[in-house]
Amino acid sequence: MRSRLAPLWPPIVVGVIIVSLWEGVVRAFDIKEFLLPKPTSIMAAVGDQWVPLRTAGWQTGRTAVAGLLIGVVTGALLALVISRFGWLRGSVTPLAVALNATPIIALAPIFNAWFGITDFRSNTAVVIVVVFFPVFINTGKGLDEVEPNQIELMRSLAASDTTVLRMVRIPNALPFFLTSLRLAAPLSVIAAIVAEYFGGPQNRLGPFITQNASFSRYANAWAAIVVASAIGLALFALSALVEKVSMPWKQGDPSRA
Amino acid sequence: MGEPAIVASGVTKTFNHGTDNAVTALTDIDLSVEPGEFVSLIGPSGCGKSTMLRIFGDLISPTAGSVEVFGKSAAQARLDRDYGMAFQKAGLFDWRRVRANIELPLELAGWSKDKRARRSSEMLSLVKLPDFGNHYPWQLSGGMQQRVAIARALSFEPKLLLMDEPFGALDEMTREHMQLELLRIYRQLGTTVVFVTHSIPEAAFLSDRVVVLSPRPGRIHSIIGVDLGRRDENTRESEGFFRKTTQIREALRSVEAMP
Repeated sequence: MRSRLAPLWPPIVVGVIIVSLWEGVVRAFDIKEFLLPKPTSIMAAVGDQWVPLRTAGWQTGRTAVAGLLIGVVTGALLALVISRFGWLRGSVTPLAVALNATPIIALAPIFNAWFGITDFRSNTAVVIVVVFFPVFINTGKGLDEVEPNQIELMRSLAASDTTVLRMVRIPNALPFFLTSLRLAAPLSVIAAIVAEYFGGPQNRLGPFITQNASFSRYANAWAAIVVASAIGLALFALSALVEKVSMPWKQGDPSRA
Repeated sequence: MGEPAIVASGVTKTFNHGTDNAVTALTDIDLSVEPGEFVSLIGPSGCGKSTMLRIFGDLISPTAGSVEVFGKSAAQARLDRDYGMAFQKAGLFDWRRVRANIELPLELAGWSKDKRARRSSEMLSLVKLPDFGNHYPWQLSGGMQQRVAIARALSFEPKLLLMDEPFGALDEMTREHMQLELLRIYRQLGTTVVFVTHSIPEAAFLSDRVVVLSPRPGRIHSIIGVDLGRRDENTRESEGFFRKTTQIREALRSVEAMP
């Protein structure tokens, strides 16, 4: 147990040092709270604003998780379909890569028009689209990038394409998929909050940040950022856990420290 | 002796046939391999030896000519699972334990779990890795991984073993050791082997016959019979072995020197 938790200590120590320095610098140089509040003021604001923050965090978290799940599932499924039907690859994959290069967040006002500015679906749609692409592209890569010898071996054993997909391509894609999940999890929280800046129901972290900032209550805005980080971190930790549990063969593999 | 293991007649392979960048990899290959024979294909890079192996295994279809394997078309032989294959890269599946890797062909052939387990245990002792069944491939050295790959290729007792430079990535000592192991297993199971290599001593040590190929386009230059009896470590230092490696080397030199 001790050895498993050991890697957690260095980041915790560094984190504590940074937060202490932050506190010390703000105090020593008498930096104004509206520029950079002290960590102690931010934590006080978290306590002070706990009831609205909890509601906002819950709502934003729900948007992020719903968008994450839908985006991950559709991304992985579409990658599977395309891998199975090779002729689709040439047309769909370059298109997806091109779409991925467009700033997806720019779609937020469009989704507001489609689903209604106060409808939760507008924000969820942004999260889905943001999450979809990394999952789709990475999973597709994992399904395609199989050692040619392994495919030859399967063919020499008279395995059908479906069998190759099931026994070789999907397990081969699993690490790629899980890496994309680890990328997508925190991304979903970012996407949800940015989408909320453009509109949607008001009891969310996005509006909470913009409103408090416009009234110069910066400690409150920072408190919402702390809550958002906590949600992002929790989703990241969850996806890292899924990664560990679903690939037992990677346990202790020195090639992936 | 019954029907030959392989009969290739007039086999020609042109990649990108009918286009401007057509490349002829093989022309007019006639070769017959007897059951239980160990035949090596040797030649400079680009001579089409790997292509030839893949045509025998129905992984590539020839542009002209035909291949019969135990009296059937190569395609039928593949569907009948007559082939075991091993490559330079062991190509084990990371996510399967060693035992499950060896059992893969058996799974595809629909063997029961008990039968698979029994066979993989036999194969593990055959390749002298009895205690490594529950390891993952990354926990094994390159030579051990290659032994697992050979165990996988032979687990279902295929009639024909096709090997594409299986020891090419191993260090010299491991390689010589693996050659002895392969011969031991080959003798024990009585399979037919077609073995691609570009090592002259390897070809001489392992084979009943060595097929020397010339490049651009690939064709059979000569076939050298190697009659050294039962091989062991002393064979490598015998005069007969020296004579054979010299003969193969000279054939390869004349191949390289050809315009």
